[in-house]
Amino acid sequence: MCLAIPVKVIELLEAEQALVDVGGVRKEVDVSLVDGVQAGDYVILHVGFAINRLDETEAQKTLAMLREMGVQPEAAA
Amino acid sequence: MKYVDEFRDGKVARSLAQTIAAEVRPERRYHLMEFCGGHTHAISRYGLRDLLPPEIRFIHGPGCPVCVLPIGRIDSAIELARDHGVILCSYGDTLRVPASERMSLLRAKAEGADIRMVYSSADALKIARDNPEREVVFFAIGFETTTPPTAVALRQARTEGLKNFSVFANHVLTPSAIQNILESPEVRELGTIPLDGFIGPSHVSTIIGSRPYEFFAEEFQKPVVIAGFEPLDVLQSVLMLVRQLNEGRAEVENQFSRAVTREGNLKAQALVAEVFELRDRFEWRGLGEVPYSALRIREAYRDLDAEVRFDLPYRSVPDHKACECGTILRGLKQPQDCKVFGTVCTPDNPLGSCMVSAEGACAAYYTYGQFKGSAEVAEAS
Amino acid sequence: MSANPKPLKHGYIRPLDLKHGKVEMSHGGGGRAMAQLIDELFQQAFDNPWLRQANDQALLTRPEGRIVMATDSHVVSPLFFPGGDIGSLSVHGTINDVATSGARPLWLSAGFILEEGFPLADLKRIVDSMATAAEKARVPIVTGDTKVVERGKGDGVFINTTGVGVVPDGIEISGDRARPGDRILVSGYLGDHGVAIMSLRENLSFSTNIVSDSAALHDLIAAMLQAAPDIHCLRDPTRGGLASTLNEIARQSGVGMAIREEDIPIREEVDAACELLGLDPLYVANEGKVVAICPAASADALLAAMHLHPLGLDAAIIGEVIEDSHGFVQMETSFGGRRNVDWLSGEQLPRIC
Repeated sequence: MCLAIPVKVIELLEAEQALVDVGGVRKEVDVSLVDGVQAGDYVILHVGFAINRLDETEAQKTLAMLREMGVQPEAAA
Repeated sequence: MKYVDEFRDGKVARSLAQTIAAEVRPERRYHLMEFCGGHTHAISRYGLRDLLPPEIRFIHGPGCPVCVLPIGRIDSAIELARDHGVILCSYGDTLRVPASERMSLLRAKAEGADIRMVYSSADALKIARDNPEREVVFFAIGFETTTPPTAVALRQARTEGLKNFSVFANHVLTPSAIQNILESPEVRELGTIPLDGFIGPSHVSTIIGSRPYEFFAEEFQKPVVIAGFEPLDVLQSVLMLVRQLNEGRAEVENQFSRAVTREGNLKAQALVAEVFELRDRFEWRGLGEVPYSALRIREAYRDLDAEVRFDLPYRSVPDHKACECGTILRGLKQPQDCKVFGTVCTPDNPLGSCMVSAEGACAAYYTYGQFKGSAEVAEAS
Repeated sequence: MSANPKPLKHGYIRPLDLKHGKVEMSHGGGGRAMAQLIDELFQQAFDNPWLRQANDQALLTRPEGRIVMATDSHVVSPLFFPGGDIGSLSVHGTINDVATSGARPLWLSAGFILEEGFPLADLKRIVDSMATAAEKARVPIVTGDTKVVERGKGDGVFINTTGVGVVPDGIEISGDRARPGDRILVSGYLGDHGVAIMSLRENLSFSTNIVSDSAALHDLIAAMLQAAPDIHCLRDPTRGGLASTLNEIARQSGVGMAIREEDIPIREEVDAACELLGLDPLYVANEGKVVAICPAASADALLAAMHLHPLGLDAAIIGEVIEDSHGFVQMETSFGGRRNVDWLSGEQLPRIC
């Protein structure tokens, strides 16, 4: 459930809204559920609300782990 | 799309799948409940079953808030629109769910009820502002991911003094559902459903954190991996669960660490707590009454509660006699075990919610399984 | 005063107020008001010898070849959207329905159902757009009709267009002619139109660079037939998108299809917009694309010809027709997994789940 997608914050707007971008599509969303959102941050967007910030360091760690996990012992040789 | 495309890399997927194949023990099966409809969808959409060894078996859990919404609640929503003349704002998912008397929100709309699809609770608020002479009700559904947006709308309505806005709240709780499944006699004592581990919902967990699952892992000795929704996330989580099971561990691991922490989103949790409180019990379609599994609007916000404002009676409506959604939602049966699956009950004519929502086990299976041919799928199960 | 350059005729007291006027019941009444609407708005815009005759019908010369006729009614909302409007859509849509039989479109008719109170300025905008589209396509609108319904009984304007064309000998195109081994091609990026429309719908507000791909395809199709006269099937994937079109043809022909996700051209923004809404781009409407199914031996030549045409620059071969009595459309995902691309049940609705 919970279709949600990581989006990039482009600009903070008034009334706790922000303009976000994903793949070239822009939308105004509510960021009142996440503290301290800045332009350039990535947030998870669900039903028009940012529900949490995306930690880019963790994302990179996960990606690195994925690539590493995928390597078979034989293949790595 | 950044942080999306990278987690859909086909090459990495194939080598991850090979690792999983190398690590599964051929003498055992790994029964993994993917609780969340989003995972059911990801597995179908990316054809992940094709990549995974037959030792891995997915069980579809009740993590589809549309699927578990009882018929009586949809009847009430239709009543609000049809008999009270409100503008009923609903998420797209709920519009097709079959209710009593062959009705649905979509059919009621066709018959003249003012039912409007919204993408966000904020849209419902806007409709209320734009139509001050009409009552506007937001039909709120969803697990913990979707609850904070409803809470924001309620608080905003209060701040603005909106007199014509109210919420029909049907928010349900994930840990309660998991507990209900784990405590069902078949799982706990009889071991009839081999249920080895959980692929936990990621977006719910961004809100509630990973902490609530620690109880299950400990008490029931089942590993939980909180998994992102992208296909690589799902594959990585499967590998993590396989490893836990091979090593006899039963821990909570967080694969979706890029957006889930142990504590979760405290600000969102606090807002929800300000606006909502626990219901003693709530009927879940297929599971029956589950204690402390749903939320209702608190005293302080009760004037914005549609159930109170419109004095909605609740009628419990049983499912169609032949419908097996209840057992399927609990992982006790497979779609093909249901007598009406694919015959009377199809996506075009859904008898129960497992078929109406694209995430429902039956709808997903109808689309995926039929194409494989039932013999092949049965073998893989 | 209107910008009408012609002198007032037939005793019209004053020209139509095309800036501030509204459609009235009398405009559909068959009397002078209706005649004036036709004269000053429709005739002005569509001007051609048939309309100038001002008869209730158009007298046409019998063409050589087999005659094809197609009709479409247009109820799109919103009426105006990035890349077009209900007018251009209605012209392109019917031209395409005719052209996907392999026919050269010759003539169009246009019937309007107008809602009382609809602004004449908007009507003029729509009619001018139709005139431009018809002229560019070189297919005249030779006859038409106008009715007016009471306020509240129409969505502003509904348009029906009917088209007539002629198919040369040797061309046999039909949805039941797909055969195992045939290749499946699409003429370009999918999903643009549906997403452009959704960007305007009340509840879904986002700004994209996506415009509707609404276009007349008959020139492209003529070029395709030149390169590959043995094309078996042609269809434009409008409502229900590529998925519905392929399922239809599979069922008609009693075959299955195997397509490859990686080869299907979809713009990044369309993908992103669909992600946001929980929609599958394979089911999103297109108004300027064509799906072609041809024997394997002709596929390369066909693709090359499409690439040479402005409306086929991004054409691609996306899969092949296979033996399958169930008529399933299977897709190989970018993962190498397989999934079914099923019929839509009802309208595709945005999801939150």
